[in-house]
Amino acid sequence: MRPNEMSARQIARVVNRGEMSPTEIVGDFLKKIAETEPEYHAYITVTQEDALRQAAEVADRLVKGGEKLPLAGVPVAVKDNICTKGVQTTCGSKILAGFVPPYDATVVAKLREAGAIIIGKTNMDEFAMGSSTENSGYFTSRNPYDPARVPGGSSGGSAVAVRCGSAAVGLGTETGGSVRQPAAFCGLVGLKPTYGRVSRYGVAAFASSLDQVGTFGRDIADCALLSSVISGYDANDSTALDAPVPLYHELLSGTENGAGTGVGAGTGTVAGAGVDGIRGLRVGVPKEYFQTGVEPEVAAAVRHCLDILSAMGAIVEETTMPHTEYALPVYYVIAPAEASSNLARYDGVRYGWRSGNSPNVMEMYCNTRDEGFGPEVKRRIMIGTYALSSGYYEAYYLRAMKVRRLIRDDFDAAFKRYDVLVTPTTTAPAFKIGELSEDLLAMYRSDICTATANLAGIPALSMPCKFVKVGGGRQYLPVSVQLMANVLREDLLFRVGYALQEELALPGLKQPYTHLQPQGDLYTQLEGRGDRR
Amino acid sequence: MTTWEPVIGLEVHAELATRTKLFCACPTEFGAEPNTLVCPRCLGMPGTLPVLNKQALEFAIRAGLAFDCQIAEHIVFERKNYFYPDLSKGYQISQLSQAVATGGQVNIVTDDGNEKQIHITQIQLEEEAGKSIHGGATIREATFTLEDFNRCGIPLIEIISEPEMHSVEEAKAYLEKLKTVLLYIGVSDCKMEEGSLRCDVNISLREAGSDRLGRRAEIKNLNSFRAVVNVLEYEIQRQTELLNSGGTVARETRTWDEGRGVSFSMRSKEEAHDYRFFPEPDLAPVEPGQAWIAEIKATLPELPDIKRRRYVEEYGLPLYDAELISGNREMADFFDKTLQYYKDPKAISNWLMGEVSRLNNQAETGFDKLRFSPQQLGELLAMIDNGQISTKIAKTVLEEMFASGTAPASIVEVRGLMQISDQGALETMINSLVDANPGPAEDYRNGRDKALGFFVGQIMKETKGRANPVLVTDLLKEAILGKK
Repeated sequence: MRPNEMSARQIARVVNRGEMSPTEIVGDFLKKIAETEPEYHAYITVTQEDALRQAAEVADRLVKGGEKLPLAGVPVAVKDNICTKGVQTTCGSKILAGFVPPYDATVVAKLREAGAIIIGKTNMDEFAMGSSTENSGYFTSRNPYDPARVPGGSSGGSAVAVRCGSAAVGLGTETGGSVRQPAAFCGLVGLKPTYGRVSRYGVAAFASSLDQVGTFGRDIADCALLSSVISGYDANDSTALDAPVPLYHELLSGTENGAGTGVGAGTGTVAGAGVDGIRGLRVGVPKEYFQTGVEPEVAAAVRHCLDILSAMGAIVEETTMPHTEYALPVYYVIAPAEASSNLARYDGVRYGWRSGNSPNVMEMYCNTRDEGFGPEVKRRIMIGTYALSSGYYEAYYLRAMKVRRLIRDDFDAAFKRYDVLVTPTTTAPAFKIGELSEDLLAMYRSDICTATANLAGIPALSMPCKFVKVGGGRQYLPVSVQLMANVLREDLLFRVGYALQEELALPGLKQPYTHLQPQGDLYTQLEGRGDRR
Repeated sequence: MTTWEPVIGLEVHAELATRTKLFCACPTEFGAEPNTLVCPRCLGMPGTLPVLNKQALEFAIRAGLAFDCQIAEHIVFERKNYFYPDLSKGYQISQLSQAVATGGQVNIVTDDGNEKQIHITQIQLEEEAGKSIHGGATIREATFTLEDFNRCGIPLIEIISEPEMHSVEEAKAYLEKLKTVLLYIGVSDCKMEEGSLRCDVNISLREAGSDRLGRRAEIKNLNSFRAVVNVLEYEIQRQTELLNSGGTVARETRTWDEGRGVSFSMRSKEEAHDYRFFPEPDLAPVEPGQAWIAEIKATLPELPDIKRRRYVEEYGLPLYDAELISGNREMADFFDKTLQYYKDPKAISNWLMGEVSRLNNQAETGFDKLRFSPQQLGELLAMIDNGQISTKIAKTVLEEMFASGTAPASIVEVRGLMQISDQGALETMINSLVDANPGPAEDYRNGRDKALGFFVGQIMKETKGRANPVLVTDLLKEAILGKK
């Protein structure tokens, strides 16, 4: 098995045991990058030399220190709005072309500490504003299941890299669904953690009160492992929560090959659920999420998951969360408002792009921002500026904040009765490149099932639950189910997700996939066993 | 003609004397090489986040308590959004609705000797911007601008007064009192020449006796008390002339050209910035808690108003002395400590306000840097009372103490300054002096009292000032009159 086909746990295990060197691992991933990049465009920057240097350092630590590292030699794709010391960080924007931060984001520092290799910086919608990577200032990434389709966004590049196997796991960022939606489109597990669970230090802000770093893995355990590593208190981020971090992956028993990496020992039980994590689990199904224009096949796939959970002993109940319909309007006031302020620093004065030949400072600002920002960023800055303006603040921003509270109240009420909430992640599988770019509202609706978790600050996980046939041909695309839990209950999401994953047993997900691979595999497996439903 | 009354409100910005900046660990030193006291945070680099300096918050609360303000239970920071090259994030982290402290007042003494309270609207904690250095004679002629971010992120408090001052003198008294208290409580060094105390002025005129406010002008960024006085005088005249000639005052922001002594319009109300304030999402609201506030309160020194009252009521000092000494924390500390060793407050006050202040001024130093101790001053004053030295000699001894910090007793001993109170020795000296000068002796006997001064002077000359003047006078009278 080539290293790029292994799970992150497997890589860490073989590296920790000395069966493979980090350099061998990295070499294989770099080769995979060379194979897949021309077609899928996951990376803005591939840190080839730097990755090999990191690999040598990790090897050194393993030999000298004799220590075991939870992500030893594991190549990680890092979204390009997460600062990496000495490596260009663009936020997918021309305004930061060539910007090299003199510091690591806390999550990157944690990755390095854990022995991971930062193998590249991935493409994204400019400043994380978008749902397809079509708003990238550089290029559009391609969905590995169908390069004519988007991988989702804004963390599309990381999703593509993990699906292709040009990275073992990946980091994205979330503001309204930017990890979960590309995870859904690329058949990955994606977690948006509790607000404050993961430090935002060094992550270029889009909307500070909503932003959170999220994780991609090809299965639950990899996503859990990566989440354990990056979570935790950080004195550099005043909004970071000071709460212990469980080793999430250690909570998952009976994984094939074992969920563990040979590091640490997991403890912990799931309140409200039986020993297998499911018996007695109280599952709420908020009906509003099914009234969002969800395609019947997607709704059916989610209902199938509920049947599985029921069959495993969960108590599944439909419920209502009456303020759900306001989530999108609230999100599209708060996020642009904060963005309009957060993006003010990109003014050409200290770093990044500066327009030449401006007769005075005001024109220098205007030209720099006009040339450096793309249309979607400009649009949201204008919307946000308007929403915060004197005379409109109360009607828009303040009001949105009040409704946000009501949405949070809906969740508080729901989590008094349920351990997890189950909904679709997206209304449909990946759309075609260009399909929605002329229809902004349709594009904005991509966040319809996901934005609520960001507004409420709760953790949410997306995982593939079905392949659906598109275009009447031999083509299949993944669709996903979303699990939501109360604050700091990521453990519950992983436990339930793991049970579902094992029961669903969808083929091909744990390995890398590109449409260039012999089509037979996935197609045959799916056709061969028939639609499980 | 209408009599116009000025209505003045002041916004004072005082840099806090913390070691590090408000949201990062960069030092707050003044005068370093440009852009050497900076980090990704204060340069506003992507992804950096503010971490509140607890000392700065403590200083802001301390200031609030010193002015009798209410300290907020939830302290909320807000973003004030505007573009300027020395504002690294494109917004300033400031406060608006839930500032550290609200209410409270500054007590001033008006020209007629009455106390007056000027109320404080609020005290807010915020960060400094950097410094722009424009390459040109004026900002409009500049061909380039250099930015120094060393100052960017230094904590400051903005103390906003109610518009309750009605004369230039009241405004000046307010500023002086504010500065005194800030120095007292040690939260700011108030060095105007380093820009650590600056002031924005709001001034309007209204018909005397009316309670309707006129339209005001705001004059920004004044960095000396003198500039504030000059601006106010200028604006009162400018606005009076405008109103008297039937014009109106524009609601605008003006700048002051100290060199030319004029203010000019910077931007009108229509051009005013919309700062788009909103709560800073990167900083959770701070709840200081009653316990911490009480702890801070307990460390407050006795404040000048209370000290002044105590000096008058307990020690019987004249109001002038009490005001002067209590207005300078170092001087007041020295006064209080000297009182532990010497019991005559007025004598101490005289010496501190007189000789010691004179020596300080000469040497351009202050009460906190004196080489001699309060105890030594007490010893010096006791030696006068005991007749060991004269007041005149004491001044000589003080000069030596000031220069070297040597104890007064050893100065007197080493330099042989002990007063001569030996009656026998003085009598011998006096008798021969009177014998040698029959003329002046006769004059004195004939009622010319001044003639006695001649003899005293001669004795003092002979003893180098060490003779006990009271004894000398007595003995002289006896010698001259007794020899009738």
